[in-house]
Amino acid sequence: MEIKKAAAAGTMESNDAMIMIEPGDGELEIFVDSVVARQFGKQIERAVMEVLSQYEIEDAHVLVRDKGAVECTLKARCETAILRALKED
Amino acid sequence: MRSMLFIPGNNPGMLLNADVHGADAMILDLEDAVSPDQKDAARILVRNAVRALDYQNGKLVIRINPIGTPFFDDDLQAVVPLSPDYIMPTKVDSAEYIKALSEKLDLLEAECGLENGKISIIPLIETAEGIENAFAIAKADKRVKALFLGAEDYSADLHAVRSKQGDEILYARGRILNAARAAAIDAYDTPFTDVNDEEGLEKDASLAREMGFTGKAAISPRHITAINAAFSPSKAEIQYAKEVLEAIEEGKRLGKGAVSLRGKMIDKPVVDRAKRVIEDMLALGLGGDDE
Repeated sequence: MEIKKAAAAGTMESNDAMIMIEPGDGELEIFVDSVVARQFGKQIERAVMEVLSQYEIEDAHVLVRDKGAVECTLKARCETAILRALKED
Repeated sequence: MRSMLFIPGNNPGMLLNADVHGADAMILDLEDAVSPDQKDAARILVRNAVRALDYQNGKLVIRINPIGTPFFDDDLQAVVPLSPDYIMPTKVDSAEYIKALSEKLDLLEAECGLENGKISIIPLIETAEGIENAFAIAKADKRVKALFLGAEDYSADLHAVRSKQGDEILYARGRILNAARAAAIDAYDTPFTDVNDEEGLEKDASLAREMGFTGKAAISPRHITAINAAFSPSKAEIQYAKEVLEAIEEGKRLGKGAVSLRGKMIDKPVVDRAKRVIEDMLALGLGGDDE
């Protein structure tokens, strides 16, 4: 699916994550900003990637600002951001 | 259920720990605790939390937005596949509301491969009209297992000033309770909203229990211990109930038509109350003689 506009979901409160998604430049780019990026950066990226794959998103910029979210939260915020970005105005 | 703890549906931290506070039920809230522009986010977060965290300690209740709002159908679509123990519809004002909800649940349960009637309903009654129709709501459908009073919206609907002692909701409490008991279902009392007033909470919970409510909702985990204590039989109540039942058995053995205990006649309502206390004691695992 094609991301048509920029959208975000989540908050900057602890145990949460703010995920922003916008149209890409022909490929998928994921940037993770997290206090635990060194320990869990790969897992965070994998969780987000999984949701992007479910929605067949292959061209987007994704920024994950993580505040200690568990996987189910990361995935929920990513899915919400995607659905908002896919929605027609 | 003695206590039901509200958990805001868009708060990951609180969802993460929803079942660790000792509440007999948790109410994951998609309604008032979630702003209109975050309903979509809360629905997805609650779905993921329920699936991933597999809450084991307590019944699962999900509070949804009222019928007639743009969120009602989307809430049901998201919530039914989770197979919660209860759905809590809000601003319930008529039996027709419950019938419409139950019909939708019939369809969605079938779509999800759930047994028909698996999901029960606890209507939140929080309008003057809802209070007037409490008995019809209680009897509207076999899914309705309890009525729940929401005093904040109700007192606003009455144009009343909400107070800690709750004189303004006495009629609603009595009406809900009577309707629920007449329909042979449970009744749950409104939360006490001052998080820091322990003494006020204890008084409020005791009053609700003495009136006959099954349990009470809470908006803070800090209220759970006091609510559980208020709605559990005390040692003295358990002791008295045991003595009543023993006296009845003794009376039967001796062929007595009338039995007395501590100088008072034991009649059927006393025996019924004693049986309920013992049932509660056993259900709560409160133990026996050594307590």
